[in-house]
Amino acid sequence: MKKERPTFRDELEHLEAIVRALEERDIDLDEALKLFEEGVARLKSARSLLQDAEVEVKRVIEQADGTIKTAKLDT
Amino acid sequence: MGGVDLFDTSGSASAEGAWSVREVTRRARQLIESGLQRCWVRGEISGLKAYQSGHWYFTLRDAQAQVRCVMWRTDNQRLGPPPEDGTEVFVEARPTVWEERGEFRLTVKTLIPTAAGGLWQLQLERAKAALARDGLLDPERKRPLPAFPQRIAVVTSPDGAALRDILSVIGRRWPAAAVWVVPTRVQGEGAEDELCAALERLHRIPDVDVAIVGRGGGSREDLWVFNSERVARALAAVPIPTISAVGHETDVTLTDLVADLRAPTPSAAAEAAVPDRGAVLDTVDGLARRLGRSLTGQLDMGSQRLARTEDRLAGVIGRLLERSTARVDAVSARLDALSPLKVLARGYAVARDGRGRVLKSVAALRPGLDFRLTVADGEVDARVTKGES
Repeated sequence: MKKERPTFRDELEHLEAIVRALEERDIDLDEALKLFEEGVARLKSARSLLQDAEVEVKRVIEQADGTIKTAKLDT
Repeated sequence: MGGVDLFDTSGSASAEGAWSVREVTRRARQLIESGLQRCWVRGEISGLKAYQSGHWYFTLRDAQAQVRCVMWRTDNQRLGPPPEDGTEVFVEARPTVWEERGEFRLTVKTLIPTAAGGLWQLQLERAKAALARDGLLDPERKRPLPAFPQRIAVVTSPDGAALRDILSVIGRRWPAAAVWVVPTRVQGEGAEDELCAALERLHRIPDVDVAIVGRGGGSREDLWVFNSERVARALAAVPIPTISAVGHETDVTLTDLVADLRAPTPSAAAEAAVPDRGAVLDTVDGLARRLGRSLTGQLDMGSQRLARTEDRLAGVIGRLLERSTARVDAVSARLDALSPLKVLARGYAVARDGRGRVLKSVAALRPGLDFRLTVADGEVDARVTKGES
């Protein structure tokens, strides 16, 4: 089971931290620009996680040895 | 009459120390109440009277005995109309003594006609009490649901309306989620075992954020597996937050009590499990605006700092320049004053020999020597005619 994409929660938490840092801290301009760029990237990723998504539906199957596997579920 | 020893049952030994009626009935009540816990009693109702106040008074009897009962309005109001005389019921009651009448009596808290699944209800109450004893119904056990679930397990029948409703709500509100269906029968023969096994399976499915357990509406019998104590315990053991959603009924099942959240329907469970995409996008937009503003703020701060630095630099350079100009002026004034031309202008002359050496003494100006004389506006040739006089 691979964990491929970042989760929406991760992106949102990062984004919030970046905004807080930019709002509250007196930081180096270079760093500020770098943070901003990262913020924009997170923002884009967070939006796309919500917008492009389609619910993935799977059926959980337990195999004879007790391990779990999933299969497509026809709905 | 404080300080009475409850278990001093010796009473008054002589007429002189006679108890009042009030004292003896109060003692009897205290003895009964401390000696007999709340209990379930089975019997037949007779002589039920529902008073204007809403309280019910009746007698519970069987072939050998009878006992007076009261059921207060606060306890009977969810039951509907009072049962008819002759109805066989289970009551959960606290034995007491009605002091005003010196009458042994039951204060009934719960009343279930045996015909209407009374035995089931009795089992349910017993199971509930057992779960409560083990702390499984404690409100502190309730875990908060995750804000942005990624993977949602749904334990239900794969063919049921409940699953369709759940998928449609999640698809509309939070399509970023993955729904993993753990199929199980939810009624009839074998449903209890299957449901327990499905719940146990949740321990082994990785990265599940929240689980919904439930089914659509049905008869009391259809929903009964969700009142199984075994199923309730299996649900309580699930390591992730759970939502129980059984039927469209107002009946609360054991799984409802044990789950972290009780939802009245499967759709409502799905709504509770996921946030609304629109609202979350609004939050994201708000963050985007803050991000933009915060950068502008940082840039403003930077340019203000730059401007301040510029001002300071200009000041320093200005002062430096001023100081050097003054020095240059002073030096050039002095240079000017020292210029030999200035001296010549005042009437002095310089005598030089043919090789350009300045002739500064009488000894150098021997008689007959040709030399050149420089005055302010030019040079002339000259000769020494006479020695020192």
